[in-house]
Amino acid sequence: MGIIKSLKMNFTWFKKFFKKKRARIGIYGPPNAGKTTLANRIIRDWTGDAMGSVSAIPHETRRARRREGVTIDSNGSSVTLDIIDTPGLATKIDFHDFMAFGMTEEESKRRAKEATEGVIEAVKWLDDLDGVILVMDATEDPYTQVNVTVIGNMEARKLPLLIAANKIDLPTSSPARIHSAFPQHPLVPISALEGQNIDMLYKEIADHFG
Amino acid sequence: MKGIQLDLISEDKLDGMTSMEKVRLILDEVRNGKILVLEKGLTPSEQNKLIELTMTEIAPDDFSGIEIESYPVKHNDNILSKLLGKTTLKTRLTVIGPASQLKTIKKDRDLISALVSP
Repeated sequence: MGIIKSLKMNFTWFKKFFKKKRARIGIYGPPNAGKTTLANRIIRDWTGDAMGSVSAIPHETRRARRREGVTIDSNGSSVTLDIIDTPGLATKIDFHDFMAFGMTEEESKRRAKEATEGVIEAVKWLDDLDGVILVMDATEDPYTQVNVTVIGNMEARKLPLLIAANKIDLPTSSPARIHSAFPQHPLVPISALEGQNIDMLYKEIADHFG
Repeated sequence: MKGIQLDLISEDKLDGMTSMEKVRLILDEVRNGKILVLEKGLTPSEQNKLIELTMTEIAPDDFSGIEIESYPVKHNDNILSKLLGKTTLKTRLTVIGPASQLKTIKKDRDLISALVSP
């Protein structure tokens, strides 16, 4: 018995020694898909805190934010993650779009400049991640270049990707359209704003990133 | 005759270029108002480089970025590559132009429909 006990203890130590560092998971998507709303919900549910401010004006998040050591328990599985809320990815940023929301020209130009820096930061973060939650607006066409680029990056790196088909509280949403566009990846239809299916998302997070 | 110049770049030409050469060529041509159609498209890491460089060149009232549309990559997973454990990604046709002149109307797995304005 002593030998078995000793072997067990050594194995536990061995596992601890070689245990994979906690996974870094990036929340990606186009501007206004609901990335920060989702990040806030996850952080609030598991730490009681919040990640950042949200707004109807695109590019509200212009700096990546990292929250370390978020432990998610779901259906007996537990996973501890570093969660990175990234600025919305885009290939174009026109300051006139911000002026349409009532911002002054000066504010709009400043926001556009910061947004370009945020996009670069989000792209750079792709090199340091262990997985991605790709937030798609389920009311929009899923074949956007941002979605194609993020999915292509994860597939090329052979890293896990989970699609959160967001905004299912809106009547025009269609998670099925996203599923038929990218059937090779797991998808959870959610409303980050209202919390619909959020437990299902936590289960998938625990399964895929644990 | 006035109009928008459309350049169709072959897979062979793209294969002979480094990633940075491709990205530089695309941005230079798009900034000159051309629409490019790449027969082969860009790898995911080349797309990242293109997005990064585009962001550094955006300037108010001068250049607001690019419109880029490509079909999702295809997995080249034939039996031999499966046996070797090497599935490669095949990039596909890509259309790129100035965001101020090219607008995607509709896109699905095998169709890109876009509007070009002068």
